[in-house]
Amino acid sequence: MNILKFITAGSVDDGKSTLIGRLLYDTNSILDDQLEAIKKANRKNNDGTVDLAILTDGLKAEREQGITIDVAYKYFQTEKRKFIITDAPGHIQYTRNMITGASNSELIIILIDARKGVIEQTKRHSFLAKLLSLKKVLVCVNKMDMVGFDPFVYEKIKADYLTLASRLGLENVDFIPVSALKGDNIVNRSENMPWYEGVSLLDYLETVNIEDKKPQPWRFPVQWVVRPQTDDLHDYRGYAGRVLGDGLKTGDEVMVLPSGARSRVKSLELAEKPLDQAQNGQSIIVHLADDVDISRGDILVAVSQPPLAEKNFEANICWFDNKPLDKNQIYLLQNHTTVTKVKVADVLYKFDVNTQEKQYETDIQLNDIAKIEIKAAGDVVFDLNRDFPENSQGILIDPRTNLTVGALMIENVA
Amino acid sequence: MDYLDHLEAEAIYILREVAGQFENPALLFSGGKDSITLVHLAKKAFRPGKFPFPLVHIDTGHNFPETIEFRDWLVEQLGEKLIVGLVQESIDQGKAIEQKGKNASRNPLQTVTLLDTIEKYGFDACIGGARRDEEKARAKERIFSVRDEFGQWDPKRQRPELWNILNGKIHKGENVRVFPISNWTELDVWNYIKRENIALPSIYFSHERDVVLRNGQWMAAAPFLQIDGEDIVEHKSVRFRTVGDMTCTAAVDSVATELDDIIEEIKASTVSERGARMDDKVSEAAMEERKKQGYF
Repeated sequence: MNILKFITAGSVDDGKSTLIGRLLYDTNSILDDQLEAIKKANRKNNDGTVDLAILTDGLKAEREQGITIDVAYKYFQTEKRKFIITDAPGHIQYTRNMITGASNSELIIILIDARKGVIEQTKRHSFLAKLLSLKKVLVCVNKMDMVGFDPFVYEKIKADYLTLASRLGLENVDFIPVSALKGDNIVNRSENMPWYEGVSLLDYLETVNIEDKKPQPWRFPVQWVVRPQTDDLHDYRGYAGRVLGDGLKTGDEVMVLPSGARSRVKSLELAEKPLDQAQNGQSIIVHLADDVDISRGDILVAVSQPPLAEKNFEANICWFDNKPLDKNQIYLLQNHTTVTKVKVADVLYKFDVNTQEKQYETDIQLNDIAKIEIKAAGDVVFDLNRDFPENSQGILIDPRTNLTVGALMIENVA
Repeated sequence: MDYLDHLEAEAIYILREVAGQFENPALLFSGGKDSITLVHLAKKAFRPGKFPFPLVHIDTGHNFPETIEFRDWLVEQLGEKLIVGLVQESIDQGKAIEQKGKNASRNPLQTVTLLDTIEKYGFDACIGGARRDEEKARAKERIFSVRDEFGQWDPKRQRPELWNILNGKIHKGENVRVFPISNWTELDVWNYIKRENIALPSIYFSHERDVVLRNGQWMAAAPFLQIDGEDIVEHKSVRFRTVGDMTCTAAVDSVATELDDIIEEIKASTVSERGARMDDKVSEAAMEERKKQGYF
């Protein structure tokens, strides 16, 4: 059994809370005392049903205002899979929360109200899905009961969305017509839509494959050096970290970046047990054949397929801070275990998040998304977003406040 | 990757980030299953080396004797350092004031001793076993959760956490609470304990003891619990699903003596784990309020 992490995009009006609530309720994931708490809070939706949003609105301020402000995580599982649902607010003033939530998800469910079709919010959320290179997009055309379960409405929305997807370059899109409120196509196939030949939402989530189609070259950012320094383990020196990419195995030729030193993988260890080949995502210890100077922040890579190591590059950034981006200031770029001093050399353009049009403005404020050029104090090791998204991502930290002020994805070498 | 392997790899990654990013971290050890699981994960993260942090136990003085016995046994086996912060000391020094009456609990006083211990040893990161599925305020918690100089959590000023990149930069005096098993559920923890064959204090398994009925829940009849003629005391077969101190942890009726029985019991349960915690029942926002004060 594996894990699927997904985010639901949309607002209360689109039935987002109803959809999450329905999934949790129908998989028996809501317990009596939690239901009791919901009933006690006595919050109702416009249609009179119990508002399940209280399950995810964990903060007092959220319950008072009846809106989701922050990102929340919900957990449920079936016989086939374990799920982590990220619930993030959908409104434009919470774009940064949405990006945070999406960054921790593999799949995004985009909810479209069948009566409204593709709207500005749909475009915005789809743009963010593309920006963050999410592996799958599932469009749920909701409230099908309100349009008489009409297949033509569904087909029209599907066609409109595919036009949008192709404009954005969004691949891997699937569609399901549902009624979250009535339960149509949520857990079981709906009898009201015999014309729909696909699976129910839960079936889809249980079986969708989100593995990468092509293997990625391995990278190994060193987090910590294990040195017991005891009498019997005097020479033990293990590099601890989490594997990124595929195929890391004993005997591999290794390059250490940024120094460029070379060695070979002598052995791999997983919790004190030897390992021949490591899998993507495993937390392991690597031993090298030679005595090379390696510490936290260094990254071991396959000699045959090295990443880039550059000082100047272009990135898409989402700005998270109340203070606007300042080109005169030094920021810290943290990618994996490395922290590098950087400056924003140039703001190339800003995106209108609703229309995705480029705007030639240089003033970057909270929630803005822009393409920038970065100048770093030393070589930064990365792959490009289009080749290997997981190794193109980083955060910007303001060293005066220590706050995370931006999320960036490296797009090009400058 | 199997889901338990995935959760394990993520937790080990987080523990190593703590080691790499902080000068003086600590692992908060309560003697409960979640912190015992953390210790097991720390072994996987750092062995054959030593832990880059001590274990810290905030002892209310009202713990189950079985928990303390287990703690000392575990520390002995590990060969790692244990620091104990005593709530009794905070009371003696007048920093914490004992509650009065039948429902008195030292649970809220733990925060005082915890913050004192953090200050005394200058810890800049404290690793805890809290999980997001436990409670709705905890569902909002970051993996690296920054506390100000007064130990306070400000839910509205939390740093966004993107991908698996953890920003542990803080100013002097602040500290970070770290939650490596944020994404685990109660069932995940039990399945992992079973898979890894992790030892637990005996009170997690069904046993017979005297229990007293308080606010509809069965509490262990501890010597420091005020029991009078009006109280109903019974001898029952029970176990503890969550282990805090004896004044705030209720027992559940159970005949589960093996891990498999416990896992079946949890799967069939219709109440959540925190349903047996009197400290969460005070109000809708009880946990959020305590966390703002510095509780972990």
